[in-house]
Amino acid sequence: MSDIGIIISSHVADLAHGVYRMLKEAAPEVSITYAGGTDDDDIGSSFEKIQAAIEANESSHCLAFYDLGSAKMTMEMAIDMSDKKIELMDVSFIEGAYTAASLLSGGATYNNVMEQLAPLNIK
Amino acid sequence: MLTAEQTNRWLERFAEKIEANKDYLSELDGIIGDGDHGNNMARGIEEMRKKLQAADPANGSEVLKNASVALLSKIGGAAGPLYGTALLEMSKQMTEADDLSAVVKAGLDGVQKRGKAEEGEKTMVDVFAPVYRELEAGNLTVEAVEDAVEATRELKATKGRASYLGERSIGELDPGAVSIGYLFISLIEEGLTDV
Repeated sequence: MSDIGIIISSHVADLAHGVYRMLKEAAPEVSITYAGGTDDDDIGSSFEKIQAAIEANESSHCLAFYDLGSAKMTMEMAIDMSDKKIELMDVSFIEGAYTAASLLSGGATYNNVMEQLAPLNIK
Repeated sequence: MLTAEQTNRWLERFAEKIEANKDYLSELDGIIGDGDHGNNMARGIEEMRKKLQAADPANGSEVLKNASVALLSKIGGAAGPLYGTALLEMSKQMTEADDLSAVVKAGLDGVQKRGKAEEGEKTMVDVFAPVYRELEAGNLTVEAVEDAVEATRELKATKGRASYLGERSIGELDPGAVSIGYLFISLIEEGLTDV
């Protein structure tokens, strides 16, 4: 199993789950957790869901991918309050997360993943 | 520094203003954002009231901390982490400083760090920053807050969802600026700016 995990945060529950499924197919052995939508599954972000996704991830070092503003800011607050090492990636949401998952699954090093993600930095 | 009772009064007045203007805030947000600011704030305020009523805080700092957690968990939009950070940083500063302007400055710094926003980008910072300056100068009035809110109308949004509209965001008030304006107007109306 890869030492590095992946956390997905989206405004929409279905979107978070969809990206999770897509990544999981490419990287079944990478620990991937996700949070989408508000507590009531409306469009928005839930601090509790994001915190739970961080806690549930089996890795203590994770890369976090998000879609828009509040998913990022809420994730930042949860990261501040977590003991885990979580890096927020300002890359294109789906392409970035998929690239990271595929590379981690293939046994790529952390530096290698960062190199490949650099051109996807769009935020 | 503000006592628990004073801070509760401040936030209760803020809650009343948000509830009374819930539809107005969503309407403003509908023009330049995604139209949920009023409902999101109302959801956060409802949770905040529950938390504050159930709590037995020792001082104003604890009241703000409890409110921060409620707003962070329940607002659901970008305002959640922004209000959560603002109140949390103000709460922390309250235990150290005996000066309300330093407390407001801590909240402002927190919001700017969280949202990466500067003044002039049509966000709540455009109310937060002048409020801090007026407070520090001993001049904070309801009119000054209202003027700061009104001044967001002519700004072009370059942060947040309204920035996708570019030039079309000019001519409308920023909903986050309006709602944070209520927070500071409540502080003034409760007579807490010179305690």
